[in-house]
Amino acid sequence: MAVYLVKLFYIQVMSDKYQLLAESNVRRSLVQYPPRGVIYDRHGAKLVTNEPAYDLMVIPRQVKNPDTLELCRLLELDADQFRQRLQKARHYSLYKASIFLEQISKESYGYLQEKLYRFPGFFVQPRTLRRYPFPVAASILGYVGEVNQADIDKDSYYKSGDYIGKSGIEKSYEKELRGIKGMRIVMVDVFNREKGRFEDGRYDVPQVQGEDLITTLDLDLQVYAERLMQGKRGSIVAIEPATGEILAMVTAPGYDPNLLIGRQRAKNFAKLSKDPQKPLFNRALQAQYSPGSTFKLVVGLTGLQEGVLSVGTRYGCNGKASSPIACSHSHASPLDLLGAIEQSCNPYFWNVFRTSIDRFGYTHTRKGYNEWRRIVTSFGFASTVSPDLLNQAKGNIPKDSYYDKYFGENGWRSLTIRSLSIGQGEILVTPLQLANLAATIANRGYYIPPHIVKKAGNRELHFEKKSTAVERRHFYPIVEGMNRVFEASHGTARWYKIDSISSCGKTGTVQNPHGKDHAMFIAFAPKDNPKIALCVVVENSGFGATWAVPIASLLMEKFITGRIKRPDVEETMINTNLIGE
Amino acid sequence: MRERKNIFQNADSMMIILYILLVLMGWLNIYAAVFDENHQSIFDLSTNYGKQALWIATSAILITMIMMADARFYSSFAYLIYGLILLLLIAVLGIGREVAGSKSWIEIGSFRLQPAELAKFATSLALAAYLGRTHINIENFKTKMVVGFLLGLPPILILLQNDTGSAMVYAAFFLVLFREGLSGGFLVAGFSAAVLFVASLLIRQWIVIAAVAGLLAFIGWQWQRGKRPWLALAGILVASALFVLSVDYAFHQVLEPHQKTRINVLLGKETDLKGAGYNVHQSLIAIGSGGALGKGYLHGTQTKYNYVPEQSTDFIFCTVGEEWGFAGSMVVLGLFLALLLRIIAQAERQRTAFARIYGYSVASILFFHLAINVGMAIGLLPVIGIPLPFFSYGGSSLWSFTILLFIFIKLDAHRNEVV
Repeated sequence: MAVYLVKLFYIQVMSDKYQLLAESNVRRSLVQYPPRGVIYDRHGAKLVTNEPAYDLMVIPRQVKNPDTLELCRLLELDADQFRQRLQKARHYSLYKASIFLEQISKESYGYLQEKLYRFPGFFVQPRTLRRYPFPVAASILGYVGEVNQADIDKDSYYKSGDYIGKSGIEKSYEKELRGIKGMRIVMVDVFNREKGRFEDGRYDVPQVQGEDLITTLDLDLQVYAERLMQGKRGSIVAIEPATGEILAMVTAPGYDPNLLIGRQRAKNFAKLSKDPQKPLFNRALQAQYSPGSTFKLVVGLTGLQEGVLSVGTRYGCNGKASSPIACSHSHASPLDLLGAIEQSCNPYFWNVFRTSIDRFGYTHTRKGYNEWRRIVTSFGFASTVSPDLLNQAKGNIPKDSYYDKYFGENGWRSLTIRSLSIGQGEILVTPLQLANLAATIANRGYYIPPHIVKKAGNRELHFEKKSTAVERRHFYPIVEGMNRVFEASHGTARWYKIDSISSCGKTGTVQNPHGKDHAMFIAFAPKDNPKIALCVVVENSGFGATWAVPIASLLMEKFITGRIKRPDVEETMINTNLIGE
Repeated sequence: MRERKNIFQNADSMMIILYILLVLMGWLNIYAAVFDENHQSIFDLSTNYGKQALWIATSAILITMIMMADARFYSSFAYLIYGLILLLLIAVLGIGREVAGSKSWIEIGSFRLQPAELAKFATSLALAAYLGRTHINIENFKTKMVVGFLLGLPPILILLQNDTGSAMVYAAFFLVLFREGLSGGFLVAGFSAAVLFVASLLIRQWIVIAAVAGLLAFIGWQWQRGKRPWLALAGILVASALFVLSVDYAFHQVLEPHQKTRINVLLGKETDLKGAGYNVHQSLIAIGSGGALGKGYLHGTQTKYNYVPEQSTDFIFCTVGEEWGFAGSMVVLGLFLALLLRIIAQAERQRTAFARIYGYSVASILFFHLAINVGMAIGLLPVIGIPLPFFSYGGSSLWSFTILLFIFIKLDAHRNEVV
């Protein structure tokens, strides 16, 4: 009897092992997945919504000789797949739930609910799937997928089977969108049937719904921009200059975001990633081009700031015979600054560049170059300008050390690096950086870092204004020059002038060693109190004015006036296929 | 005709009160074990507690009948009752119904009776009747033979029903026999056999035999009284060696697989939390999680949610342990102990050998049930399916213990009468 007392005393009073075991027996923690935040455009149109989906989960230890045949039939699996999936779940954990079959159809779900009691160890976990009401902006919005081991290692919040934003806004605003998983603790009997809440729900963790995001995108403009870019390769970035808000961002060719949800994702993703047109590559952020003639604006602004250039400065041009840089077309000579911008004169900007670099003396190239580079990079070049877009390329404005390495220390002069004056050579920029340049000029000297989300939940997001190293007054002549590109008799964009709006722009034709030139155009409108600044790149399409200018012009007209008065231009742009078959 | 008296006149109120307390607590725990919030009617006969209430009510009738009968009835008809029960035990082999592997139930309509339960009081009566005769000497060979026959027949028949647990209960009668003068040698031999049995399952057989040889040599060496009994010791050694060797054979050839596993789990040679060890493991969890004061009545989770198998019959003690904790377990064990001590005290006061022996039989059987049942629930003994007296759900079991106890109370009430 004494032995009994000792044993009872030990197991009941001394040891807490059995208390814990008893809890683990009856307690089941059910994870509650909150719906992800909804993503809106700037006017409240839904870009990304949720729809219910159901994952079939399994706790392998509780699976007891299931009627495999019946379950296979319900799930439309064959016996081999069934075994593999169970094996995979076993491999993960015998005691923890893992996904057996993701996103079962609504019909199977209804049917399963009734029969599930016959398959101990299996239960259905409600989830939400993303749904995209409009098949646009895929690369900006990004997609959601199951976490991988790296995600789990990085953040202990995630457990196997959780979903996470994999790219785009879904990834960069993951913390806001995901909400906080909840936990419902219930008691179950030996057959795993729910018997009530544990301690009346005292230890439950309520789920917190994900925050909705209001993006800066204008759905109408985005849809229109994507239509204009169909059949073309290239990109568009449109920014509201006063706020840095990205109104539209297109990479072409793109894809329908609805391809990357649910069970078909893996299959479609593989297909998209093998596509030679690289639809998964976001050209607006990741493609790096020479800026071509658009860069002349920066060269001019730098010259003005350094005092080596004034509005009245004139340089002669011998057209194709000009040396060391030829001009692509003939025009009156000599030109002043505004005329040089209007007609995109190469020799003019070579002379401006030369005087900038050589302003401390012909042999003090390094000092002149570094000073020039400091001003140029203050426009956001050679860095990631957006705080909330992922995978931006930085572009390149070479450092002096690069030229030292290439030409030997101090073995280079302004002449050596002359291509920079017309935006060619080692210099690389992204369409986003060019759009930001347009916005900076529209603002006459500063920019708000371009961003894609303006409001998360109830929080208005705030972005610090950034000033360039060029004084405000120097921007006015440049703006005038850009205005002439549309308005003046020799302007490179004069055929696509918008009658009702005084617009500003600068064309660029980027030499491309791999094929036809890339057409490039940056613009903003209206000239005073600008509403939109943008950059359009159409790859391998030839001269900038032919393809990039009309697209930019249509977009500005559409955004500012809400309608298009030139249906013929619109039709041509939409129907032109430059990619070929 | 005699004047009808109060049938409870002179009955020992302490035993009756303890009985009532135990039965009521048993019922409360059965209610808790199958408690379901959607199903709270107390007298619902589809539930175990509803049926148990019925068994309790019928037990009251049985008690009345027992108390109304003439006290001499039991000694006079002891052999007859024993004989009838033996017939039932034989009958059950033929017409019995198999439940959970044991063919030990006689079915009459929806009513099921387990003769093995009733055999306990019948055997007690027969043993008391035989040993209660004057001038009987238990050391006498013929007496031993008759006692062996009386005590051996029922368990053999019960074993044939494949109900090992109930058969083992008859070992309890050894306690009675010692009280009645059986020499201690049997006890020593029995204890040694048990030690050897466990040892030979745990350790290599030749080591066990060598250890026995060493021990015997030491005893021989230290022998103080007269000549050293080498021959006897050698005989014991040979017997032990044969026993050890046969244990292995018996273990592997005679025991059923589930019995082997139960023993192996208990000895720690196997951990099998899903199979045989599951019951004990869950039982330990239930009792252990009760803590010092328990989770409160009807708040046990392990028992309520069916984690413990057989929770209203063989594992009813789990409910006590889980909901009432260490304190409740102590109270229940205390009540049982009080009852046992009271029975023994009353038995010692009996004038007739019949009543005394019968009293001891009652105490021994109750003690054996209590020890095995609780020992199994707290993992000290292998899983042997026998009920906890008065607590476990089951009509045959409750009736049998009620009859067992109240015949003694009846005999005790008349201890001062001239027989």
